[in-house]
Amino acid sequence: MSRMPAAPRAGIPAPRPLARWTILGLIGAVFAVPIIAMVEFTLRRGLEGGYDVSRWITVLTFDLGPEYRVLGQAIVNSLVLAAVTVALMLVLLVPTMIVVHLKLPRLRRVLEFVCLLPISIPAIVLVVGLAPVYGVIARAAGSGVWTLAFAYGVLVLPFAYRAVQSNLDAIDVATLTEAARSLGAGWPTVIARVLLPNLRTGLLAGAFISVAVVLGEFTIASLLNRQNLQTALVIVQKDDPFIAVIVTLLSLLVAVLLLLVIGRLGHVTTRRTS
Amino acid sequence: MTTADPRGTAPRGSARTAGFIASPVWGVVPFALYVLLFLGLPTALALGTGFVDGEGAFTLDNVAALADPFVVSGFTTSIVLSAVTAVVGAVLGALVCYALIGTRPEGPLRSGIDAVSGVLAQFGGVMLAFAFVATIGIQGFITVLLRDRLGIDIFADGVWLYEAPGLVLPYIYFQVPLMIIIFMPALEALKPQWAEASATLGGTTATFWWRIGFPVLAPSFLGSLLLLFANAFSSYATAAALTSQGQSIVPLQIRGALTSETLLGRENLAGALALGMIIVMAVVMALYALLQRRAARWQR
Repeated sequence: MSRMPAAPRAGIPAPRPLARWTILGLIGAVFAVPIIAMVEFTLRRGLEGGYDVSRWITVLTFDLGPEYRVLGQAIVNSLVLAAVTVALMLVLLVPTMIVVHLKLPRLRRVLEFVCLLPISIPAIVLVVGLAPVYGVIARAAGSGVWTLAFAYGVLVLPFAYRAVQSNLDAIDVATLTEAARSLGAGWPTVIARVLLPNLRTGLLAGAFISVAVVLGEFTIASLLNRQNLQTALVIVQKDDPFIAVIVTLLSLLVAVLLLLVIGRLGHVTTRRTS
Repeated sequence: MTTADPRGTAPRGSARTAGFIASPVWGVVPFALYVLLFLGLPTALALGTGFVDGEGAFTLDNVAALADPFVVSGFTTSIVLSAVTAVVGAVLGALVCYALIGTRPEGPLRSGIDAVSGVLAQFGGVMLAFAFVATIGIQGFITVLLRDRLGIDIFADGVWLYEAPGLVLPYIYFQVPLMIIIFMPALEALKPQWAEASATLGGTTATFWWRIGFPVLAPSFLGSLLLLFANAFSSYATAAALTSQGQSIVPLQIRGALTSETLLGRENLAGALALGMIIVMAVVMALYALLQRRAARWQR
């Protein structure tokens, strides 16, 4: 194939090592400052000065007072929202993408446009129109926090679409489907046993990025008065900024690990297809 | 034949009715309904309420409020803030991309930078606010360091972290990683053959960049710049977490209009502000689409 992953790029003039490491070093150092500042902040001892790790022990042993129960509930809420959002993506978006890819190629541009549209509509604008919609939903289905997932499904559309579409483009869906059909497989078998296994990496990447977006969402939850991880952090921060910063550092760590996993998955896909 | 053969051995479109019942268009319907209900309807409502007064009658009163000095200053601040952080973010991000030329795409350096950029670009404006309170807040790490060691008081003229200028550094903090994510593919699409051709014809590295690299990359760079602008312009969480009262930028004014019912003595002002934001976003995204078309020429 035309892509050569490890081949040296003879052509494009690369920067000299000194220039490369100066740029990366300087920008990296500046970007490390707020992280270091947060760590330093959480280690501060009260008025007497000096440092200790007592707050980290408190958080990591779940030894928090009842006033932090809001945080625990909020984390559960956010996880429920992440799960429902991913389910929506799998049930609504993915089958549509497969149908359009196989049977309705003329709708491809329309689907792409619709899926990328949320990038151009700020969440703060969406929330103005979502408020009356959720007024109706609350009357019909109660004000359970999970209903927010319908709005989050829209927020993650661009990310989920891109992840799944790049996987769809990388495999030869038409040939796979025809091969399966000519061997006597019905449509459910084709989808469950041929397409889904081949789309695994794209689906996983889409799911991971959706989870990351949902866990970081603040705008809609806050203005529709629902509690999730981010809105709870703002409340906790007013009481005890140290705890809020520790939770922030922990979630940043989890998110980096999550994205490293996505990166791995991406490389697996490219290796398979080349 | 009136029923669709479940194994689908019948030639496609053999009977009109069967074709209609088994038409693949039905597969798109649930998704279309969902998008209409949770993307189309809210957007229409958000834009529509700007034209309706408290009693539900048509009015241009709210839209006229877009000319109010309070609203104009909100839009000006938002646009200036977005433009400044987009330019700084685009330049720094492009520098990082440049520094990464020649590194292995699957090596630990690139994977690490990709993952960290992904997190910093997308993960939570609220936490960004905390990070900067811990860094340059009144008792922040850098504030204290500068004050105690060098005798510099960064807040000598008053605390600016909770005003619009305080948003510049946090916004740059998510703009640079976003630039790395969206600009890196454009740099990778530069063809080694172009550099070889340039070298064969006696061109130096500088010739390559000035005559080939920059012109080819210019549309992608400007396009990324516009995406960064749009990103900052629509950002809400960082500003909201930093100030619970401020109304310096448009998203915060929308919050004010949503939570206090009457801002500037007008109901439904949120709808008018939303309309204003959508207009700005539409212009930016239209320019972006134009630039993308130019950039695509070189990416085949």
